[in-house]
Amino acid sequence: MDRLKGLDMKRRINRDTITALLLLVLCGVLFHQTFNIRKVPFSEMGSEVWPRFVLLLMAVLAVIYLFQSMTTPAPQRAPFSFKAWLGAYRNPLICFGMFFVFLLALPWLGMLVAGVLFVFVTQTILGGAGHRRWIVHALVALVSVGGMWLLFTYALGVVLPRGELFS
Amino acid sequence: MLFQNLLAAFGEVFAAYNLMLMALGVMGGLIAGSIPGFTITMAVVLALPFTFGMSPIEGLSTMLGVYVGGLTGGMFASILIGIPGTPSAIATTFDGFPMARQGRPGLALGLGLWASFFGGLISAVVLVVLAPNLAVIGLEFGPWDYFMLVCFALTIAASLSEGSLLKGLIAGVFGLLVATVGEDHINGAARFTFGFESLGGGFAFLPVLIGLFAFSQLLSDMSDSQAARQPMMAGHHRAVRIEHRQAILLNLRHRLTLLRSSAIGLFIGLLPAAGSSISNILAYDQTKKASKTPQEFGQGAPQGLIASESSNNATAGGALIMMMALGIPGDAVTAVMLGALTIHNIAPSPTFISTAPVLAYGIMVAYFLANFMTLALTSGALRAFLLVTRVPLYLLGVVILAYCAIGVFTLNNTTFDIWTLLAFGVIGFVMVKNGFPLTPMVLGVVLGPLAELNLSRSLSTSDDLSLFFTRPWAMFFVVMGLFSACFPVYQAAVRAGRAWARFYGSVFIACASVPLMLMEGGFRTALGVALLLVALFMVRRQLRQGPGSGPPRV
Repeated sequence: MDRLKGLDMKRRINRDTITALLLLVLCGVLFHQTFNIRKVPFSEMGSEVWPRFVLLLMAVLAVIYLFQSMTTPAPQRAPFSFKAWLGAYRNPLICFGMFFVFLLALPWLGMLVAGVLFVFVTQTILGGAGHRRWIVHALVALVSVGGMWLLFTYALGVVLPRGELFS
Repeated sequence: MLFQNLLAAFGEVFAAYNLMLMALGVMGGLIAGSIPGFTITMAVVLALPFTFGMSPIEGLSTMLGVYVGGLTGGMFASILIGIPGTPSAIATTFDGFPMARQGRPGLALGLGLWASFFGGLISAVVLVVLAPNLAVIGLEFGPWDYFMLVCFALTIAASLSEGSLLKGLIAGVFGLLVATVGEDHINGAARFTFGFESLGGGFAFLPVLIGLFAFSQLLSDMSDSQAARQPMMAGHHRAVRIEHRQAILLNLRHRLTLLRSSAIGLFIGLLPAAGSSISNILAYDQTKKASKTPQEFGQGAPQGLIASESSNNATAGGALIMMMALGIPGDAVTAVMLGALTIHNIAPSPTFISTAPVLAYGIMVAYFLANFMTLALTSGALRAFLLVTRVPLYLLGVVILAYCAIGVFTLNNTTFDIWTLLAFGVIGFVMVKNGFPLTPMVLGVVLGPLAELNLSRSLSTSDDLSLFFTRPWAMFFVVMGLFSACFPVYQAAVRAGRAWARFYGSVFIACASVPLMLMEGGFRTALGVALLLVALFMVRRQLRQGPGSGPPRV
């Protein structure tokens, strides 16, 4: 009986429930933050009024979402497997991770070098290695990022980051 | 005055440099729209960084070129490979692909191209006529009415988006929340900055938009490792010759379909945040219902193709009317254009056409011209489409990610914007994977400051909260908002065969007639009375016909 109850509880705490709970936590944290907003004297509507209104609205919707997620039976899914999850999200995770590294490298290497490296390395990870592919990826990286760098720098007059190492 | 403004607008739009930019935009839109998985919104968003250094008219002309080109380009993949290039060309696949498989790809492309052209022209004419008049009506709005209009825009965006209404509403409110970060525009007090100086100015609109649309879309498309390594279009396809003469004749023969579908497209475009992804399916459905030979649909019927393509292009005109007349985006693309205007320190509102007439009429002229340019450049774009789709998706996707970073940096010359791009890319991706629509969120980000400003103005003017519900225009938007929020419930009721669903339409018309009757002027009062009579007539007819006569299944 206890095992059945446990299974039922597990089924009810699905992805929607977790999302709703996270939204409620976010509302709570931000609502608390609204008390730190500076009071502006003589203002007709305080700066904290609108955010509080939005947060209350969000909280109400999140509560309805939570209730809905717990009362509606979750669709039958295969048991969670980290390996399967990693397989399904491999490419997006690589892209986000490489973009994060690119951003960390940007102040040091500058937009041109960091951009070329980002495109080359990410394409090689996603598309696979091999002599022919390396050449294609290197060419694509150099032509695309180099071309955009030239376009923005010389045609549109935008000063892109040069990088600490090269300045 | 109108003639002078139009003449000045013609001069700006037909400048050689502007024509070149527009041609590039149309070409880019045609190619981007034709690539399965790439949406028009994404194409317009990616064009935005190039427009920073341009004048407002040049920037908007370029974006309009991308928009109109993208709407037409979506049909290439739909007709030739049976995969919609964009969501706005889904219904094009139903008859375009069978026609191409029957050995008439040139006719199918011609039909789509000319239907797009005629649909675009019809909506351009309505845009020129209707936008200034609607803007005059918009001048009557007080802050209470404007606030309720924003609420209506958010509810209808949520109810018409893919997924559940609740998730759409949460996404919209989340967008409002994102817009509150940074110094508020009224008092200048910092909000939710958590001590970070970079957050003082809030999140820039462009990185948020590119992160949400481009990142999430690209990474969703590239999720499948095997598919990402393959060319986007399998097999070898030759460029086909478009059968223009036959296509024009067929379009003229089915002129009623063309007009009806363009009208549907225009109406959907007028609804805030409802775009061409809805209008093409609705127009196709209505054409099939009105046809004497519905069994031919799905097997290469010309009317099906004409309905889909004319409606999706006409939607652009409707969306532009809303943006220019009231400052409310008609769809996600016009939300981007609204952002582009604010970058140039121009805030669209009911006074937009009267305060910036050359720019406003320039937008109209550019929209007209973009339709002609699309017609002229389609054959060239078709060849480019066949080349681009031979490239594996991962090669193109990663290059676009790098381009996004460079483009976003150019906005304020700060790397913080690229961090914002990454953050909202993650948020957008997680939202899409969990079934939250992105359009209401973008609308929330765009309209958040407008809603706050009008709330503040209305509370400063009067502390009577009932004005939000009793002023005629505010009441009108409350009615529209409530009924649009209940629309998914109505759809479910129709599917379940509930008796009350029969009266939804008539009750809606009756409720909408009340604020009209309260408005000043004899015409609106008469319109309200007429609508009430129509509603009563509908109820009487439905009661007579009995419970079996429900509305068509949605």
